[in-house]
Amino acid sequence: MTAALLTLADSRLPAGGHTHSGGIEQAIAAGRVHDPSSLAAFLLRRLQTAGAVASGIAAAACGGADLAVLDAECDARTPSPALRAASRQQGRGLVRVGRRAWPSPVWDALPAAPHHPVALGVAAAAGGLAPRDAAAAAAYLSISGPATAAQRLLAMDPLTVAAVTARLSPEVDVVAEQSTSRATGSPADLPADTDPLLDLLAEVHTARRDRYFAS
Amino acid sequence: MPPDHNLTDYVDPYENHRHGGPLRVGLGGPVGSGKTALAAALCRTLGAEYDLAVVTNDIYTTEDADFLRRNAVLPDDRIEAVQTGCCPHTAIRDDITANLDAVELLEARHPGLELVLVESGGDNLTASFSYGLVDVQIFVIDVAGGDKVPRKGGPGVTASDLLVVNKTDLAPMVGADLDVMRRDSATVRGDKPTLLISLREDPAATEVAEWVREQVRARALQTT
Repeated sequence: MTAALLTLADSRLPAGGHTHSGGIEQAIAAGRVHDPSSLAAFLLRRLQTAGAVASGIAAAACGGADLAVLDAECDARTPSPALRAASRQQGRGLVRVGRRAWPSPVWDALPAAPHHPVALGVAAAAGGLAPRDAAAAAAYLSISGPATAAQRLLAMDPLTVAAVTARLSPEVDVVAEQSTSRATGSPADLPADTDPLLDLLAEVHTARRDRYFAS
Repeated sequence: MPPDHNLTDYVDPYENHRHGGPLRVGLGGPVGSGKTALAAALCRTLGAEYDLAVVTNDIYTTEDADFLRRNAVLPDDRIEAVQTGCCPHTAIRDDITANLDAVELLEARHPGLELVLVESGGDNLTASFSYGLVDVQIFVIDVAGGDKVPRKGGPGVTASDLLVVNKTDLAPMVGADLDVMRRDSATVRGDKPTLLISLREDPAATEVAEWVREQVRARALQTT
């Protein structure tokens, strides 16, 4: 592992993540997230579904798998059109900052707006990181962004939100480990544990006019 | 080791990578000071001269965009609204990704674009635009906020390329001394210009529009 992983997982990396809530804006609107324990439950569920999918794709992309195939695998694992758009929007943002932070020929193999986990894997490779690092970044980012969004929307105690996120560290490691171990074979074997709840929340959210977050 | 780790001769090949393209003007300032009204005025006055478009950063997505559609006769495909995740300030300075996406989308949709106005969501006196997003920035305050605002300073007041003090017509009613505002602005801003205007009395924003024309001309000279 190198320090590049810390940069990649830093919420202050200007890749546009702060404008996405990972579905938690709509989960809050629906009353599903309202306090620390419901926040922790939502984050764990997101980590083990969307987070597992993202970390598998990111690990495979970092490991040199065919990026076009991975991008298509990501599409197949993202049934919600709103979530596909949000993923590509964030991928585009990461490519923009990543290719300036870690100049490398590997960026040239990417489309302008790849899925975020694909871009994350490429950024990790460009930064000299291993697939396991890419998986860890993807797993961690799957909860850190929504946690911050919940803090803003519910005016929660930031120390509580930090504690909720930190206590999920062992689960983040498990997801990253399992996803990495499934990222060396056929892309079809990558984690595909998508969550219908997240798909539904995203579709309801995108139709709203009064939303603070892009997704 | 990543390929580019030599910091002693660090050159960012993408920095200042924009050659040509429209002038990007940031419009910032506190809530209610008249940012959207100024954007609409500039669209009306400059719309016939320049190929222009607007990005809005409203708290909710469409309030300002709807206002612009009604008041600036700007077609829908020339207005992009971005969501700022409850942090309008972050979206114009610390992580400008969403705004860059919107500007680049407008530039791709209208290849002849000459001027893009990026209007921030209402924020406080510390708000300012990153120069990675805009070429020049206008900070809009109003006399109703109190004549002490220029003296208080903050990056928007002191460092913006143009400070606009709007609603001068209200000065007698709110007890604001325009001379004080003019003098304090000059003190904290040095050589940078300040314009005291009333969009109610001059809906064309004549002086501000002329300043924008100068910036468009200056950018054209730079990039040719």
